[in-house]
Amino acid sequence: MSYLEYNVARVPAGPGKLLALNWGLVLLITAVACIGFMVLYSVAGGNWRWAEPQMQRFVLGLGLMFAVAMVPIWFWRNVSPAIYGVTLLLLVAVELIGATGGGAQRWIELGFMRLQPSELMKVALVLMLAAYYDWLPANRVSRPQWVIVPILLILLPTALVLKQPDLGTAILLLAGGGAVMFLAGVHWAYFATVIGAAVGLVTLVIKSRGTAWQLIKDYQFRRIDTFLDPDSDPLGAGYHITQSKIALGSGGWTGKGFMQGTQARLNFLPEKHTDFIFTTLAEEFGLIGGMSLLALYLLIIAFCVVSALRMKDRFASLVTLGIAVAFFLFFAVNMSMVMGMAPVVGVPLPLVSYGGSAMLVLMLAFGIVQSAHVHRPRAQGEGQLFRR
Amino acid sequence: MKRNIQDQALSSRRITRRALVMGGMQLGFGALLLGRMRHLQVDQADEFLLLAEENRIKVRLIAPARGLVYDRNGVVLAGNEQIYRVSMIREDADDVDAVIAHLRGLVKLDEETLQRALREMDRRPHQSVTLADRLSWEDLSVIAVNVPALPGITPEVGLSRVYPLGHDYAHVIGYVGRVSERDIAEAEDPDPLLQTPQFQIGKIGAEKQLEGALRGKAGARRVEQNAAGRIMRELGRTEGRSGQDVQLTIDAGLQNFIQARLGQESAAAVVMDVRNGDVLAAVSAPSYDPNLFVSGISVPDYAGLRDNDHRPLHNKIVQGLYPPGSTFKMVTLMAGLEAGEIGGGDRFYCGGYTKVANRRFHCWKRGGHGWVDIAKSLRESCDVFYYELAQRTGIDRIAAMARKLGLGTAFDLEMTSVSEGLVPDRAWKRERRGEEWVIGDSLNASIGQGFVLASPLQLAVMTGRIASGLEVNPRLVRSVDGVARPSGVQGPLDIPRSHLDGARNGMYQVINAVGGTGSRSKFDMAGMKWAGKSGTSQVRNITAAERARGVVRNEDLPWGRRDHALFVGYAPYDAPKYSVAVVVEHGGGGSSVAGPIARDAIMYALNGGLPPLGAYPAAEREKADEVLSSLRLNPTVVRGRVKSEV
Repeated sequence: MSYLEYNVARVPAGPGKLLALNWGLVLLITAVACIGFMVLYSVAGGNWRWAEPQMQRFVLGLGLMFAVAMVPIWFWRNVSPAIYGVTLLLLVAVELIGATGGGAQRWIELGFMRLQPSELMKVALVLMLAAYYDWLPANRVSRPQWVIVPILLILLPTALVLKQPDLGTAILLLAGGGAVMFLAGVHWAYFATVIGAAVGLVTLVIKSRGTAWQLIKDYQFRRIDTFLDPDSDPLGAGYHITQSKIALGSGGWTGKGFMQGTQARLNFLPEKHTDFIFTTLAEEFGLIGGMSLLALYLLIIAFCVVSALRMKDRFASLVTLGIAVAFFLFFAVNMSMVMGMAPVVGVPLPLVSYGGSAMLVLMLAFGIVQSAHVHRPRAQGEGQLFRR
Repeated sequence: MKRNIQDQALSSRRITRRALVMGGMQLGFGALLLGRMRHLQVDQADEFLLLAEENRIKVRLIAPARGLVYDRNGVVLAGNEQIYRVSMIREDADDVDAVIAHLRGLVKLDEETLQRALREMDRRPHQSVTLADRLSWEDLSVIAVNVPALPGITPEVGLSRVYPLGHDYAHVIGYVGRVSERDIAEAEDPDPLLQTPQFQIGKIGAEKQLEGALRGKAGARRVEQNAAGRIMRELGRTEGRSGQDVQLTIDAGLQNFIQARLGQESAAAVVMDVRNGDVLAAVSAPSYDPNLFVSGISVPDYAGLRDNDHRPLHNKIVQGLYPPGSTFKMVTLMAGLEAGEIGGGDRFYCGGYTKVANRRFHCWKRGGHGWVDIAKSLRESCDVFYYELAQRTGIDRIAAMARKLGLGTAFDLEMTSVSEGLVPDRAWKRERRGEEWVIGDSLNASIGQGFVLASPLQLAVMTGRIASGLEVNPRLVRSVDGVARPSGVQGPLDIPRSHLDGARNGMYQVINAVGGTGSRSKFDMAGMKWAGKSGTSQVRNITAAERARGVVRNEDLPWGRRDHALFVGYAPYDAPKYSVAVVVEHGGGGSSVAGPIARDAIMYALNGGLPPLGAYPAAEREKADEVLSSLRLNPTVVRGRVKSEV
């Protein structure tokens, strides 16, 4: 396959590409990021200490997104295996040389920033799987030997991330990778089998508790315990969930108003500017605020899906849909967590939570979505504002 | 490889289908999230709102100002001073080392306090920890100006106890200190105030005994607090009640005078008003500065006090127990009078010793006193007289009289560890020693040796009861919060006046008659004279061999083996107002060492200021002038001036 398969002649070139961007998506992303700045400003007690660096990163991210979008999608397809391979090597590297932070080895110190390979892997894995299915003839998709390959591609980084240990990212990789396989058309039966096996595995993990071959760490067990019954230890391990629910619940319909949220600003909330930032939004802006953010997120997904369905190119569609699913998993897991529907696993709220790596990687991913959008094959006359 | 049309069409259809399924699932999960959000924020909103309120509103205590302690004339003995300190919350400082280094550049920090504070901060990063205490106003201002550059640092103003007269009151008022774990454990119903940082609690002396009155009641502030305990704003406050002021019966001038007069001797002195039991002065020497203990005494300072052989930390007024020696003879005399074993002009012959059960009991005067009547027995302090009297009276009656006069009683005084002393009798020896009382014990007891032990306070009370004929108990607190405490007088003593007069007359002669052992200490202040009795109590046995060789003089013995010098007395003789008791540990002779001190103390009390030189007998005047003018007195409390010209 080569770029010749694309109807290159009808793909915009030069500055015209800018006009061909999915501007609706850009607007939505910016809107979500602005909500983030506002909440960060409020959480810091009316201080720019988190909002300002976050803005700088977002502007940097926007630049990155545009840059990536200008590069033809087929280039990204061709380098996908390389990106995947390099990221996998980086994951191995953090195991070996990574600085220890927060009890887990998660990043490589680059001097100007801390590179978190596990974040990058979320995108790299989607790219790799999309490239794989692009290469694989459609009629072989469900054959066992061709199913084993993507499973290995998923499990390899998942295992490395789990070893760090970063349960949240591991779950996102597993679910995200599975979603791409599902989108590519792998037979239902495989998913049924895997889900069945997963249930079996969870049972096994729980049973391994306290034995010599215990499969996950004690603190992860405790998080599961407190997830199941947060009131059992409201000041200890259940503190996060209980306080988070109090903050959220006390918001009501319309919230306490901007800068009026007491729980988060008074430090009752742990990680108030990162993983638990949604609680502040919900406390200060109430159900209306939370609903609006959720609506924006779902609109971003919808824009991606609509864009993907118009692409008529397997790699482009799969990458766009895959990234949309990964994005969805981010906020779905985070919101479930802060609302007490899932255990606390440490997944940030996309585009809102304070943090550089996650923001830049997300913008990179949206850059690829934009590139797919810009460089999609077009029917005669489509996507041209100015007819020659 | 060229992709064929079927392949492209197949995958395109499939992806479209799956994408729609996936989109539907995502939408469904979004609806689930929305439902959960609604459930928490609308259905359960009230419950969570309540929880949120409880979360952030805390009640913070306001420490009340501790009650002041005054002397009987309104001189402040224990006050509160504003102190400036700097505290730090570690969590609020980004780089603790940098902040400390910056602070060091601004003011001088005490290294020991700082290191302790740093350790405490490691344990409690969210709590305010004091970095430096008792800063000057200048230092505090420098820090206050630089606060923006010192994250986590707060300059504070607080109250701390201060004892303006320092040394004079270490044993009467005691001191306060930081609340210890033990203080909290000991309290039956721990006041939440005890948990407030930098709170001070009475540790010893009146500060401890009157803690309930002095502490006051905490006020409260309702504050909005974050999870780290940091106060964001105040919502309301209720004022507490300051501690109650306490007025003592002590006269600051007399107290200061006696403290100076005792100097560096290991000694104690008490002056009591015999009419109501007011303790005008209660001095234990050497003393120490209680202010050292308020902020926490340093290890070398404490070791210096602890290892001093004159025991400055020991309250000799009520804890020091001494054989009363000859000052006990009034007790034996009155017991004999009461028992009818002696009376009127009865006499005993003193030949220098009494032989009882094949043992010789010597009089202090080797050659003996010859015929001795009641007055002479006290005047010349004849031991043999009392040996004879004790054999007839018996120890149990002597002990009963001692108790009647206040010995063997732990008085209810606002001091720490008030001792009850020891008045021995047959039952006591049987019970505590498992031995029968022997006649030799009675002889020893009759002259205040052997088992008998009394504190200086008890001796002052004993003398006061003899002087007034009243059952008077000592009283240290005059009023609390303006409400007067009852007088120390319980009623008249159950002793006939004639018996008391026998003792009084003897004591008068001790000082004022020719040949009296205390005649050196006589005075005549505008017609006021006094009566007294000396005592010299042995702290070692004199063996027969030594007695044969000649008793070693006190001056030739090491300090710790010399006799205790005692003196008790009261004045004026004809209308008693004050009693005094002085004990000088290992001081030597009672009449030569303790007597002049007791004299000066009671003269000051009578005069309401420094004794006039003209009241001393001419022979003593020069020496008295020398002693009085060499004293380092506190001019703010001591009244009067020594007139060098007569």
